[in-house]
Amino acid sequence: MTGTPAAEPGTAQLHRLHPLTPVLRGFKYFSAIAALVSVREMSQLGLARTLQVLPVIVVAGFVLAYVSWRFTWYRIEGRELHVESGVLFRRSRRVPLERVQAVDIVRPLIGRALGLAELRLEVVGQGASEAPLAYLADEQAHLLRDRLLALAAGVDEHAPAPAETVLARVPTRDLVVSVLLLSQVVVGLPVLVGLSVILLLVSVPVFLASLPGLGPLAFGIFRTTVQRVLVEYGFTLARSADGLRLRHGLLETRLQTVPPGRVQALRIVQPVLWRRRDWARVEVDVAGYGGDENEQLATRALLPVAPMAICRDLVDRIVGGGDVTGMPRRGVPSRAAWCDPVQWRRLGLGYSADVLVVSRGRVRRVLDVVPLAKAQSIRVVQGPWQRRLRLASLHVDTAGRRLSTEAAHRDLAEVQQLVEGLSDAARAERERRRLP
Amino acid sequence: MDPALYPAGVSWRPVSPRLVTVRRALALAALVPLSLAGCVALALASVPVGAGVAALLAALLGWVWWWIGRTCRSWGYAERADDLLVRHGLIIRRLSVVPYGRMQFIDVTAGPIDRRVRIATVHLHTAAAASDARIPGLPAGEAARLRDRLAALGEARAAGL
Repeated sequence: MTGTPAAEPGTAQLHRLHPLTPVLRGFKYFSAIAALVSVREMSQLGLARTLQVLPVIVVAGFVLAYVSWRFTWYRIEGRELHVESGVLFRRSRRVPLERVQAVDIVRPLIGRALGLAELRLEVVGQGASEAPLAYLADEQAHLLRDRLLALAAGVDEHAPAPAETVLARVPTRDLVVSVLLLSQVVVGLPVLVGLSVILLLVSVPVFLASLPGLGPLAFGIFRTTVQRVLVEYGFTLARSADGLRLRHGLLETRLQTVPPGRVQALRIVQPVLWRRRDWARVEVDVAGYGGDENEQLATRALLPVAPMAICRDLVDRIVGGGDVTGMPRRGVPSRAAWCDPVQWRRLGLGYSADVLVVSRGRVRRVLDVVPLAKAQSIRVVQGPWQRRLRLASLHVDTAGRRLSTEAAHRDLAEVQQLVEGLSDAARAERERRRLP
Repeated sequence: MDPALYPAGVSWRPVSPRLVTVRRALALAALVPLSLAGCVALALASVPVGAGVAALLAALLGWVWWWIGRTCRSWGYAERADDLLVRHGLIIRRLSVVPYGRMQFIDVTAGPIDRRVRIATVHLHTAAAASDARIPGLPAGEAARLRDRLAALGEARAAGL
């Protein structure tokens, strides 16, 4: 079982998903149908008819899920994952494993009860996870992940999974406190409650009429607080030879693996009320993570909350260029105050041969770190005010959808040097990484 | 042109003047019928008011005419050894630098009016959504040449994500 992992074409074994898949899928279809058929329509049907229709829908959901399971196969052939699916419209998908950006194991709540997990391969593409294998038995998902990662890295696919060292663990207390200290809670919640009370005092109908406005506000606060705690609960960050390992989640758990060199950009964020505790948060952008807002939320954090020193050390280690976060940064000329009177003193930029660091933010401090090998394009934007003041803003675009790096209001001559300097450095980095 | 915003020593290529024609035609098609109808309606009620508004609208149209000419001339692109430069904008000026090796795919698009005057838009896509390398108003032959050249260079210098 050693040597090259390449198998003869057509000889690789076909695998089916776990036989309990239709049960879990059936629940999903059922909830989707139930959402389509609204409560109002059900009440029109009447209780008796609803009770007659409901079992039909449930059975139909499970039958659909069963048929779709019968027609889904996957296999590993050479360095590709093949997934065959679809009943009427057959789909045969081939994923070259060296293109895989991340491999996640997601276990939804019901799946955990049944011992099932979904394996997701993230490839750059249209948005949602491109090759989800839902569902596999728990341990099988882990084995398959290790095998796929080994194939992706080009090492022996049957070697035991590499050992991992834990880099950081986030205590639940810190996570909850950190979320409670967000401005959304400290400012947003009192505003929401105050508004509701005032409207209720005015009159109940007025309050009810304003619910469509208050609802989204409440939901926004919910999303940044409760959902964040649910998603980032029990966060553990580890490192192994096959990449960064992130484990988190309370109800639905997620185990992310980001292979080395797949980090596109990093960001250290420090909300104003975290400053006294010297806490910060590290966010990461990996190409391929996409999907809806929930997906974005679930894959955003690299470290939800930790002392600043640990966050900086983590970023330094991932980028691997010495003291990156402590790199001296140049500010902007004082005339930039005309463009941004609040934070112009905090705007900074520094770069070395392989990494760009941009800082900003007065209330909420942000530090963007971009490995130059990952820069996709460089843009300069100059508004009418900036033109008068001989300033311009520099953007460095990276793959991934979450982080965008902007160095605002810099001196025009400096921007011109930066465009040339960063382009050259990025090219050198790309060539250096391509050689081996 | 403010010389300091754009890199020095680069020979910029303009886009086709036919882009101006297309954009002016589109603007006129959108604005003239509505303005005419409005002016006629006003003139039926009161001739001086109608005439005044018509004069104002004519001035506005003249300004739009002139402005479209200027914005279209602000587009420029340059093929350097390793990257494509695209610049445009008058009020908000933009410069994009996209290394050939970062190309993911290239679009060449042309609407019905574009096709009549044989111009096309070339859009170079990278893995970053924010990348903005779009050149409108290229003569059809030049668009095809640029597409093939960018594709060939992109392939030769391809860098993984």
